[in-house]
Amino acid sequence: MRYIEPHAHMVSRTTDDYMALACAGCKAVNEPAFWAGFDRASSQGFYDYFRQITEYEPKRAAKFCIDHYCWLCINPKESEDVVLAREVMSIIPDFIQCDNVLGIGEIGLNKNTRNELQILEEHIQLAIDHDQMILVHTPHLEDKLKGTKLIVDALCNHSSIDPSKVIIDHVEEHTAPLVMDKGFWAGMTLYPESKVTPNRAVDMLELYGHERVWMNSACDWGVSDPLSVPKAVLEMRRRGYDDSFIDKVVYLNPAQFMGQNPKFKLS
Amino acid sequence: MSEKKTNLVDLGFMDARIKLIDIAAFLDRIDRHDQSDDYRVSALKGAFPELLSSETGRAARVLDLLSDQSTEPVNESNIQGAFGAPSPEQ
Repeated sequence: MRYIEPHAHMVSRTTDDYMALACAGCKAVNEPAFWAGFDRASSQGFYDYFRQITEYEPKRAAKFCIDHYCWLCINPKESEDVVLAREVMSIIPDFIQCDNVLGIGEIGLNKNTRNELQILEEHIQLAIDHDQMILVHTPHLEDKLKGTKLIVDALCNHSSIDPSKVIIDHVEEHTAPLVMDKGFWAGMTLYPESKVTPNRAVDMLELYGHERVWMNSACDWGVSDPLSVPKAVLEMRRRGYDDSFIDKVVYLNPAQFMGQNPKFKLS
Repeated sequence: MSEKKTNLVDLGFMDARIKLIDIAAFLDRIDRHDQSDDYRVSALKGAFPELLSSETGRAARVLDLLSDQSTEPVNESNIQGAFGAPSPEQ
């Protein structure tokens, strides 16, 4: 089996996890910029973080024959402070040309506030100005439905946004149709305690189709499982899906989306 | 899909069984400790009728019932986390 882990926060994971991913067939990881578990005090902290995911993390992944790609932004959990958010956004253009940067993300909303929405809008404009793809985080739990609607509206307000170059991640059964009906890609995140289980992710493939979707572990410093995508593959096999179907969902689909940026080249 | 149809009840029944019993035990536990008047418990119980529905789409409807249904962005938030059900203030 071969697969791509299209959403993983590897800066929070051990080298043993890289080994486990490689042994499970992972060929590439995709690392959106995220919240480190605490609020950073200055844009300098983000500058160092962007260096880490553009310079250091690809080397760590390469030791396990895994290609590493990343996305840049200030995540919505820290964008309530609009002054800090704008300082961080001002340094992103310095990194966009790095070899492994595929776009702007994971932008989005957290508690659906006006400041978060303002910074989301400015990130969308940043992506448009620099002709970048977009990877979107949708809020957690009770905030997801409302946040997804606000995000879809914000994206659709820009006529220059091509939905086929935007993935809206962490969809669940109640939000997947909102995203897919507008032509956006949808990401399903497999978490042990929230978001979706491998069973439900495969259910969603049956309900909404297997075009323009990917599955990811979004493994980070919290409760998460870097091998959740292979576990969803096992669930597909149990239900009788063949190798070509599985390959499309966990390898060809993420490769198709990320491959819209010419910098994405699987070694 | 292969021609041979997988028995999904064989595959999922024990998992569903233990989750159902776990929910029942959770309700017993919070009753026993006088903590059942929490808004999250009310929201959870409000979704139970969907389990008895014969109409497909139960998961999406349960998620809807556990979601904030307001539509306008809020002015500000003094928390970063979420709790699994809309608070009475939302």
